[in-house]
Amino acid sequence: MGDHVTEIIIFTFLFLLVSGMGFVAARWRAPKDMAHLDEWGLGGRSFGAWITWFLVGGDLYTAYTFVAVPALIFGAGAAGFFAVPYTVIIYPMFFLILIRLWSVSHRHGFVTPADFVRTRFGSPTLALLIAITGIVATMPYIALQLVGIEAVLKTMGVTGDSTLARHAPIIIAFAILAAYTYQSGLRAPALIAFVKDILIYLVIIVAVIYLPAKLGGWGSIFDSAKAKFDASTNPGDGILLNANNQLQYITLALGSAMALFLYPHSVTGVLASKNRNVIKRNMSALPAYSFLLGLLALLGYVAIASGVKPLPGAKPGSLDSNTVVPLLFDIQFPSWFAGIAFAAIGIGALVPAAIMSIAAANLFTRNIYKEYLRKDATPAQEASVSKIASLVVKVGAVAFIVFLDPQFSIDLQLIGGVIILQTAPSVALGLYTRWFHRGGLIAGWAAGMALAFWMLWQIPNAATGRAHFGGSAFLLSEFGFDTKKTIYVGFVAVLVNLLVAVIVTLLLRALKTPDGVDGTTPDDFFADEGDPRIDKSATPVQTVSST
Amino acid sequence: MAEPESPEAVPAARHDRSPWNWLLLLPIVLPLLTPLFNHDSPRLWGFPAFYWVQFLFILVGVATTTVVYQMTKKR
Repeated sequence: MGDHVTEIIIFTFLFLLVSGMGFVAARWRAPKDMAHLDEWGLGGRSFGAWITWFLVGGDLYTAYTFVAVPALIFGAGAAGFFAVPYTVIIYPMFFLILIRLWSVSHRHGFVTPADFVRTRFGSPTLALLIAITGIVATMPYIALQLVGIEAVLKTMGVTGDSTLARHAPIIIAFAILAAYTYQSGLRAPALIAFVKDILIYLVIIVAVIYLPAKLGGWGSIFDSAKAKFDASTNPGDGILLNANNQLQYITLALGSAMALFLYPHSVTGVLASKNRNVIKRNMSALPAYSFLLGLLALLGYVAIASGVKPLPGAKPGSLDSNTVVPLLFDIQFPSWFAGIAFAAIGIGALVPAAIMSIAAANLFTRNIYKEYLRKDATPAQEASVSKIASLVVKVGAVAFIVFLDPQFSIDLQLIGGVIILQTAPSVALGLYTRWFHRGGLIAGWAAGMALAFWMLWQIPNAATGRAHFGGSAFLLSEFGFDTKKTIYVGFVAVLVNLLVAVIVTLLLRALKTPDGVDGTTPDDFFADEGDPRIDKSATPVQTVSST
Repeated sequence: MAEPESPEAVPAARHDRSPWNWLLLLPIVLPLLTPLFNHDSPRLWGFPAFYWVQFLFILVGVATTTVVYQMTKKR
């Protein structure tokens, strides 16, 4: 621990600084009445272009991404670079699809994607399934933010041997996070995101200029990575894709992009912006983060070139590949700058963790509490239930990391991405068409979920010797095809989901089964700020209950 | 929504269809055509083609969303 004193001091200083900001955020752009879910959970739906850029950027590019993507490149090479096409594809999709969700939500006062599904398809049951899927998919994602912080703490050597000593720093960090999220709501991560992103940009720009100069240029970095992969026995690695993993690369990029905008926390970030133009303009500005992510991913190769050896994992004999980037910073940077870099990653975990817990809490409040437990809840009650739910979600995430093998969270995150995709027919297609029958969508969801779990169960992980949940690349030979090609599980599952939804819809229509009532009009999908039909004095709750 | 909607209250141009939107297919489809760029050469500043071409697609995404926004925004 002695070698890392400077790093620890700088890390702690910056961490405390943003914590202070988190508490002050309650008074930033303060509303008259904070006791309303629109204020606590969506920052008053008032964020302009700059705040939205920092908030959504801080939301989508998480600390886990920052440690796990380079770790993947370090281990497997080109296959890990899917993060770049994935974050290219997503913005035109947001531009076309999510903008409609913003409009219809603005018009009806929806807070969650499940709110939309409930009104669109007239089905509280379908909305409940969407909400539960969202909560289950988000929980491990929050837990993984802790894995990001832990990778940094481990590198600084602030981890003891006993369970308590090992986890005390993250428990404290999350307790502070929980306290200011409780008080300030979405305003806290919005304000902290400024600091986080500036630090991250600074660190990455310095890293991609300084490190290659020190290690003989990018050309030799790629060559040393190639030499490592040529020498390894794993057939799937290399600095280029091979014949068998291209389909996986394509379907993973496409599937992840579709999953990302279905995640409740992305929806929360987008709904908090004040009008359609803010969102559209951001779709041209947010790719700046994709550039950053691409460069960061390549630090995996830089780590190979500089001879980084990952620290041991939780289990004896295993390696924690997530420590690759922190170790690289530790070895190559002067300790004061390594401290800043570690703080960037640590704070980077706080922004998405806060937004995710708010999103999950909103889902619970709107689609479970208000729907099933207390139908006449006032906006103030909704806000206070959501605040408490956000605490519960965070305690749950900490418990995941402390009491279970972190590998379990990583598995769940993998499953999370696949299952959130199963809400695509209801949420994404629902924004365009009301053709589907609610029963068809429920059947499709169930079929997609079942298939996804079966497929994930079948995938072993050769590196760790585990038989199940070893990744998301499914061998097509399992379906009886004579090939070694792999495909992304979520992609197959959502296609089956869609197929079942179509068949069951046709069937239910033929049987004349009653369908739900559509509470939206075609016009709602284009509503913008200042829409004359939105009564500013009406609360969103009243708007919804009148449908 | 049961409330009556007066025709004056609703602006006339209530759709976001535009031929310009087709341009957005470009940044969605291009990154998925791996055979186009799954090569080492030509290298650019030491980066194999696989990497710099995909960085280039980010710029394609920025350019197309900017053009579509500018051409379709309501004046």
